[in-house]
Amino acid sequence: MSDNYYDSNDLPKFQDIGKEAPILAEKFFDYYAAVFEEGDLTAREKALIALAVAHAVQCPYCIDAYTKSCLEQGSNLSEMTEAVHVACAIRGGASLVHGIQMRNIVSKISL
Amino acid sequence: MTRIKIPPFGSTLARHGLELKRTECKHLQVNVGLSCNQSCAHCHHEAGPDRQELMSRETMETILDFAAANSFDIIDITGGAPELNPNIRFLVENAATISPRVIFRSNLTVDLNGQADGLFKLCAEHKIVVVGSFPSTNQTQFDGLRGVGYFQKALERLRKLNALGYGVSPRLELDLVLNPAGAFFPPSPAGAEKRFKRELNQKWGIQFNTLFTFANTPMGRFRKWLQETNNYDHYMNKLVKGFNPCVVEGVMCRSLLSVGWDGAFYDCDFNLALKIPCAGLPRTVFDSKRPPEEGSPIAMGNHCYACVAGSGFT
Repeated sequence: MSDNYYDSNDLPKFQDIGKEAPILAEKFFDYYAAVFEEGDLTAREKALIALAVAHAVQCPYCIDAYTKSCLEQGSNLSEMTEAVHVACAIRGGASLVHGIQMRNIVSKISL
Repeated sequence: MTRIKIPPFGSTLARHGLELKRTECKHLQVNVGLSCNQSCAHCHHEAGPDRQELMSRETMETILDFAAANSFDIIDITGGAPELNPNIRFLVENAATISPRVIFRSNLTVDLNGQADGLFKLCAEHKIVVVGSFPSTNQTQFDGLRGVGYFQKALERLRKLNALGYGVSPRLELDLVLNPAGAFFPPSPAGAEKRFKRELNQKWGIQFNTLFTFANTPMGRFRKWLQETNNYDHYMNKLVKGFNPCVVEGVMCRSLLSVGWDGAFYDCDFNLALKIPCAGLPRTVFDSKRPPEEGSPIAMGNHCYACVAGSGFT
């Protein structure tokens, strides 16, 4: 048992999650693999999206995995940084746009 | 990092019921020396400006006689930076009269006060294939691997090669080679080629024919960097886990013979860097009239994992 909540050695153990629920795990991992196959989006584009989402959900395992995946799909640090900014903009924008809700409430209950 | 014991490459082959034996030898690679204007971080030869090893004209003559007597489909000139060998024009001109396909490998950044322009013009006159090292379309990644300022120099050479007709005329082939800028595998060549062609053309008006992608081999300067940065175990694990038995049949060393700057024979350019002699021949071109026979053995080491990982890099 690691002293840290997150341990990079846990990432290769991801498949172990199927030990108690193999059918559900199989369905999930099959789906996961299918999602990342080359389609109308290239594998490189999908890896960049995954990297951005990994930052949005702040998953260190995903950041580790998709940083390496992006490099191996031929992306560079400049493109990867832009992808992280996309995640940041959507996360920040999502907070900020709720300010309209705040303004609506203020407007409703204020003289 | 979970450590794994690296099994000897030969035992991994045996576990898959495979043997690495030679087919007909049709490709002669000639390494004309380790002198280079750059000191690339991934270089398995640790080539650089401080290296003095250069092939002599006499050795070139012996190699040309050997090549002429054995009808190689390909003569493949490499280094170091082959441009820095003072006898390179002699080798290029004569190789072109012997073999239907002569390859000249360049780091694309040698200038020699304009002398390199004349060499590439000579290559064009003899329809020599130029294969240039071009690790990334991103300047930071490129210069991280090759050294600051080399990205712009390589672009300038590519523009000059296009002006000669390379990558533009169907008679003048210009190919690029991508080595990743770190401890990770390169992208698949098909997708990367499409993107390289689009970016090089849109941003700099540069054209080329084919992109090859190769994994970095854990030796020389790259191995030292892996060890210094605690990336070695991770990278070797990755290579071993990526072993793909299906690509063993197509590895280059089965049909290639490498000859070093001093005339010594090797099974590939990586074995040359490690000074592991050719398994199926006498020691040098001065002692042998024939290339290795079909079925003869190939000298192996754990660096061989780099050629057979994933979809293969050879």
